[in-house]
Amino acid sequence: MTKQHANWSPYDNNGGTCVAIAGSDYCVIAADTRMSTGYSILSRDYSKIHKLADKAVLSSSGFQADVKALQKVLKSRHLIYQHQHNKQMSCPAMAQLLSNTLYFKRFFPYYAFNVLGGLDAEGKGCVFTYDAVGSYEKVGYSAQGSGSTLIMPFLDNQLKSPSPLLLPAQDSITPLSEAEAVDLVKTVFASATERDIYTGDKLEIMILKADGIKTELIDLRKD
Amino acid sequence: MFRNQYDTDVTTWSPTGRLFQVEYAMEAVKQGSAAIGLRSRSHVVLACVNKAQSELSSHQRKIFKVDDHIGVAIAGLTADGRVLSRYMRSESINHFFTYESPLPVGRLVVHLADKAQVCTQRSWKRPYGVGLLVGGLDESGAHLYYNCPSGNYFEYQAFAIGSRSQAAKTYLERRFESFGESSREDLIKDAILAVRETLQGETLKSSLCTVSILGVDEPFHFLDQEEIQKVIDTFEKVAEEEDEAEGEAEAAPAAAQAEQAGDQDVAPMEI
Repeated sequence: MTKQHANWSPYDNNGGTCVAIAGSDYCVIAADTRMSTGYSILSRDYSKIHKLADKAVLSSSGFQADVKALQKVLKSRHLIYQHQHNKQMSCPAMAQLLSNTLYFKRFFPYYAFNVLGGLDAEGKGCVFTYDAVGSYEKVGYSAQGSGSTLIMPFLDNQLKSPSPLLLPAQDSITPLSEAEAVDLVKTVFASATERDIYTGDKLEIMILKADGIKTELIDLRKD
Repeated sequence: MFRNQYDTDVTTWSPTGRLFQVEYAMEAVKQGSAAIGLRSRSHVVLACVNKAQSELSSHQRKIFKVDDHIGVAIAGLTADGRVLSRYMRSESINHFFTYESPLPVGRLVVHLADKAQVCTQRSWKRPYGVGLLVGGLDESGAHLYYNCPSGNYFEYQAFAIGSRSQAAKTYLERRFESFGESSREDLIKDAILAVRETLQGETLKSSLCTVSILGVDEPFHFLDQEEIQKVIDTFEKVAEEEDEAEGEAEAAPAAAQAEQAGDQDVAPMEI
């Protein structure tokens, strides 16, 4: 007798791709703006990037209802932190909080594939990449979502950022300039859009620097 | 007020229908250093006198940010005030989480008042010994409320609580009708002048007072020392002439207050 499986799932995948690249004094966070379900498009104009704190920006693909719920929890927790500490959360602090929040729902996870980007206490760019239950790592660059398998190998090829676990310990920061990083992001998204049906419409790029956040919106193929 | 046989428990009524423990809690508010609030149509200013335990210590924080659109000034047992501020922040955050919109001030003060009322009807609790001036902005405009340890709350155009607050109240009573249309700068000036009244003679310095403001397009924040000093400088010269005229007006309310304290039959909660 085979086990009966549920004919209803609490999850859905709304597709999309998120990428982040850390630099010496900047961080680039990018995501496409297509939201889909099955083979249908729900929106061509849905932002997957969310500012959590002055120096921490979250980009998540996966089930957007869970992503929205996760963002609300983090926003409330950040408010409490600000009341208690009289300052904004740093990116590494937010990274740990995100990990704890995800693991808190270890047995009914947030279906969210996160990339957290920002500036650390010294003003250097940092990127943290996650799985659905909170396992995370500080890296120089990362891609998550439906197009990640197309993008990640290319970023590895271009950026060759070693893991912080390898000895001798090396900075997980890529030696790119801000303009080169933005260009690279545009290139990888253009390529991913070609072959991944869930990635396309528009590309939203956020560039985080010590003096503020800049946003760019670029067209992608709509098919 | 004198000790009597009905004042041991908060759950004991007196024959004249008073809860003495609650009234004693309101006395605690009068012992704290002054806190003042005023509002116009678009802004709310909260100001307080900085009191320090000794010259060596820092002064106690009496004004707290609850949210971008709500601030609170306290007088009385500051520890109770700190705990209630944390509660208010939590309510504000939870409301925003559920409704994705800022907590209306009127709702917050009701929550606070209900919380205070619980402590007046449990034999194992005591009333909060702190008065709260809650100032905030919501869809229905700018508001200033006063929350009592008794669980009552009232809305005000302007109010002062704490020690020597009667002097500030007298000043505010003279001027409150114009506050509604006041500009932001005039409101701040009136707040600082009200603080000056409570100092009664001491020279007003920016280090002696804390001023905070919130309004339309202006999230809650504190004014820094230079800003306050600038406002003080604009009227300090005029003050010398005003002082002589005010000295006579202040003697009258001080005498009236001394009479009221000895009057046992009037329940002070009716103020």
